[in-house]
Order: sequence, then structure tokens, then C-alpha cells
Amino acid sequence: MAMAEQERTFFEYLVYISENHSPLDFMLVADHIDKFFFGALLTLEITILSLLIGGVMAVPLAIARAYRTPWFNGPIWGFTYFFRGTPLLVQTYLVYYGLAQFDVVRESFLWGPILSNAWWCALITFSLNTAGYTTEFLRGAIENTPKGEIEAARACGMSQARMIWRIVLPSAFRRALPAYSNEVIFMLHSSVVLSTITLQDILGVGRWLNGRYYLAYEGFVTAMVFYMVLVFFISTGFRLWEKRWLGHLRPRDTADA
Amino acid sequence: MTQTSQATLALKVEDLHKRFGAVEVLKGVHLDAATGDVISMLGASGSGKSTFLRCINLLETPDSGNITVHGETIGMTTDKSGRPTPSDMTQVIRLRARLGMVFQSFNLWSHMTVLENVTEALIHVLKMPKPDALDRAQATLDKVGMYDRQDYYPAHISGGQQQRAAIARALAMEPDLMLFDEPTSALDPELVGEVLKVMRALADEGRTMIVVTHEIGFARDVSNKVIFLHEGAIESEGIPADMFGNPESARFRQFLSNTLH
Repeated sequence: MAMAEQERTFFEYLVYISENHSPLDFMLVADHIDKFFFGALLTLEITILSLLIGGVMAVPLAIARAYRTPWFNGPIWGFTYFFRGTPLLVQTYLVYYGLAQFDVVRESFLWGPILSNAWWCALITFSLNTAGYTTEFLRGAIENTPKGEIEAARACGMSQARMIWRIVLPSAFRRALPAYSNEVIFMLHSSVVLSTITLQDILGVGRWLNGRYYLAYEGFVTAMVFYMVLVFFISTGFRLWEKRWLGHLRPRDTADA
Repeated sequence: MTQTSQATLALKVEDLHKRFGAVEVLKGVHLDAATGDVISMLGASGSGKSTFLRCINLLETPDSGNITVHGETIGMTTDKSGRPTPSDMTQVIRLRARLGMVFQSFNLWSHMTVLENVTEALIHVLKMPKPDALDRAQATLDKVGMYDRQDYYPAHISGGQQQRAAIARALAMEPDLMLFDEPTSALDPELVGEVLKVMRALADEGRTMIVVTHEIGFARDVSNKVIFLHEGAIESEGIPADMFGNPESARFRQFLSNTLH
């Protein structure tokens, strides 16, 4: 018996400890860590792409809302109300499972490449969802542009369009930046919805591990750690960005060169 | 009204009316400003002097009356609901670029440095090449004593410095006419002097200025014409020596004695 103990390699010893004594089976996690990294790639891919698409959509929508553009303001309000008023999970189900019920959709040219594909369905839903939220807080930031700064822009001969582009938006983006960092983190967290429509995002891999080994903690704690690390990078990034962009809001003494 | 007599005037305002709801703020105000005139507009708060100034560059839309800048009258029409509105917004935008405005609360763009505030309209309204705009902006900032504060954000400098930067922003456009809307009213007393000094220097250069102000000293010593508004109408106007030396209007005398404690 003593001989057998000695014959174990160091690696086997680690596996033994990990399986029998450690609260988490670290060796099991280590064996599958590549899957978590691929999961993280998918999570990041969908999160970043939908933030980009939704963010670009939100700018004109927010302008139309802030300036109460006739014909557009009402429908855009309806759009943001719908996407902010219902859970992302339900929206994703509607697109992924719901659209398939309609013959028109199944027969359309979009069906094959896009609407029958979970990745595309998620990207579309997530983009519209984040566009809804971003539109509303960007609208608020646009409406909070100091009246005097608007008057100064008009008084020096700027057209409405130039004023929006040169004065209103740069100022509104800066005011919206702290809210936007929250939106980015919320989107990352909301992306767990991916795992419910067959996609192997970070949580998806955790769920797969649980399903395969009946070890809940290993998969889910690892997923948590991954999300925490990503959030750490996001919030650090935004802190640097705010430092650069919001210098005009810092107190006088620290800004003096 | 011949074309030549109008063309000599930097600004001609005829019979300007403006009402906010039930209150008639301006009841037919006239003003002629020749090139090089420095006109001070005095009056108690609520007399309509700021509204008058803001009507000149259409920040407020007058209900009726004519505004003529260097012989060019701003076209007005009425919109669908019958409210007066400029008939050609591009004309208004073009003329605004020739009317520099300085506000009571400075209204610098807070996310831009002092220098960026000055170059902004040079580059994006006058379409100057960037290096030229930079040169002109720095020369103008030097003139108002703000050269070494050019990289500061507005929130990081004093009110007097902000107002001097705002004057530089308007001045750099080389406007035909400068409008000052109570430029020292938001300043702490010890900061008023530095702004008045800059304005005095501009007047000495022969710039055409219309100044809405409470600074009796500036009106008396710097301007060549003083207009006293009372409840939306011109109560009295004239050269400073007459206005202050021998005020005809009882209301103006009353105003002066209230102001000059």
C-alpha cells in the first residue's frame, strides 16, 4: 500500500487532492479551462458587437427623441418602452423560438443564414435591447446640455446640425459616460441569456460542466470568476476613459498643471 | 430710406415689438448704430434691454419690426400657427457669424479648453484652416490677457477669466458688431475691472459695440451714446454728457440715484 502511494506521480497526487479533499475540483476545471476561454470569446464577441451596433443606432434615435422630431418621436418612444419594459430573456425567446412559427419568416431569404441561427438572433435582440436603454439615457444627456452653451453655439452662427454635431453630442457623450459604463457591465451580465439558446458562452460552459459531471460549483464558480475579471477590465477601462474625457469636471486643484 | 444711408449704419433696428404671453416686453424700440459707435443700454431689470439685444441676433424672435445689419434686412415671415419666424434661416445663421455676442453667464463650452472655445467657430463656421485659426485664436487670447490660460477648462478659471475668454471667442470672428449682454453682472466685484478694461480697449480700437449694462461708469466714460429703456420703450437717449450731466427724464434721474447710491 505504501509502495502504491509512492508510485503516484505528482500530477496524480494533485488530481487525488482535488477530487477528494479540495472544496472545488480544480483539476477538473483546469482540464476544461480552454472551453471557458472559448466561452469568454463568444460572450465578448456578442457583447461588444451588440454594444457597437446598439450604440450607433442610439445616437440618431436619441437626437430624434430629444428634439421631439415629428413622426419619429412616438415610434422611438414605443421602441425603447418595449425593450426596456420586458426582460431580455423573453425578447430573445421571442426572436429565436417565436419567429420560427411564421411561415413568412421561415420562407424568407433571411431565414437560412440569419433568423434560424442562434448567434444572429442573439446579436439582433441584444443590439435592439441596448439601443433602447442607450437611447433613453443619451436623450437625457442631450436634454441636459446647458442652455447657455446652446445659445453660444447659435449666436456664433452654427446651424442646428453643426451645433448638434460639434457642441451637443460631445458634451452629452461625456455626461452619459458614467451611465454607459453601467450599461456595458449590464450587457455583459445579460449575455448569460446566450446559454439558454444553445450557445456556449461562459455560463454555457459552466452549465455543460454541471450537466456532464454533476458538479455545480466547479462550472458556476469558474464562470463567476471569468465575469468578475471581465468586469474588472471594463471598469478600469472606463475609469481611464473618464479621466481623459471628463477632465473639465474635475476639481480645480487636481487639474491645474 | 435710401440704400446708401442704410449701408453706412452697422445696425438699424426699427419699431421692434416683442411679447412673452400677456406681457409686452418691447413696445416699438428703434436703434441706429453707425460703425464705431459704442452704445450703452441702461434700464432697470425687466425693462426689456436684454430681450432687445437678444432679438438683434434672433436668439429671441421679435413679433414685429425690422432689423438691418449693414444694409441687409433680416427677412421675417409667419409659420403655420401664425407666429413670426425668419423666412430664411441660412440668412440668420450667416448674419449671426458677423454679430459677436458676449453673455452674462459667459456660456463657454465647458468640455473644451479656452483655446478650443475660440478656435471652434473659426474652424467650423468660418471654415478657416486649422493653423490659421490657431494663430488668430492665440493672438486674440493674448489681446485679452488669456494667452497663458489657453489650455484650461472653463471650470478651472475665474469668472473674470471666463468672460475674457468669451470675449476672445466673439472677437476672434472679427465681427462687424459686438453685442454684450450684461457682461459683468455675474462677476464678483473685484473681477469686474479686468473685463471692463478689455471692453474699454475694444471701444478704443473703434469697434462697434452695443452694451447692455449696469455699469454707469462704463456708459458715461466709454460709450458715445446712451439709451435708457423703461418698460419696453426708450425713455431717453443721447450722448453721455447730456444724459448724465443734465438728465431730462425724471425716471432716468430716479434710476441713476438708485444705482449710484
